[in-house]
Amino acid sequence: MFGKCNNPHGHGHNYTLEVTIAGEPDGKTGMVLDLVELKVLLEREVMARMDHRFLNYEVAELKGMIPTCENVSMVIWKLLEPKIRMGKLHRVRLYEAPDLFADCTDDAHSEGKN
Amino acid sequence: MKVTLTRRYSFSASHRLHSNAMNEAENQTLYGKCNNPYGHGHNYVVEVTLAGTVDPATGMIANLVDLDAYVQKQVLADFDHRYINEEIPAFKTLVPTTENLCIEIYNRLKGFTGAKLDRVRIEETSRNSFEYSGGA
Repeated sequence: MFGKCNNPHGHGHNYTLEVTIAGEPDGKTGMVLDLVELKVLLEREVMARMDHRFLNYEVAELKGMIPTCENVSMVIWKLLEPKIRMGKLHRVRLYEAPDLFADCTDDAHSEGKN
Repeated sequence: MKVTLTRRYSFSASHRLHSNAMNEAENQTLYGKCNNPYGHGHNYVVEVTLAGTVDPATGMIANLVDLDAYVQKQVLADFDHRYINEEIPAFKTLVPTTENLCIEIYNRLKGFTGAKLDRVRIEETSRNSFEYSGGA
């Protein structure tokens, strides 16, 4: 089923994470969400947990799950979604490679398709 | 939360934009360089997006090996290094704009049984892209 991805010592990726926040720009700042706040949040919730880690063993939120692109993106969504203070988390796009990515979106914004 | 998986493929093909519903001058005015009689080429990028539930046993929406094989058979084998106007039957009558190409490729892929086809997005160049998610 998993081919080369099943090699016993694992393998690495240079993941790229795109996080999209949707909402009305704040009347005073003109921003949907302060980018610095988002950057700090991503550093704390995602980078500190996952960067240069063996996802199978070192990320508690992935315990018991196969670390596919789909599952990792869902874990990132669940980590971020409750902590977005302004606007709403609209999409988490996780590239595992330039030719493969998973998207998580809010059901309410998915045009009723599933 | 909705989860989708997207795979990017590429093929190279040529086309000429010319509509039988217009005369030569009208075609030239509308399509410009894209109407040049001998066609021209693009390195197309096709993004295929699948939606569905993530299988708890595999962690996957669909097996990528199956998707790759299906896209190869249904799309790439026919389109890569071909002249779309002459070598793809659907475009004997349709103008091979990337809008129409999205619809044709979507229809060729919607029979994939591994997961639901959510969207086909095609980049004709790095500046132009088109998407089709099926009929309303």
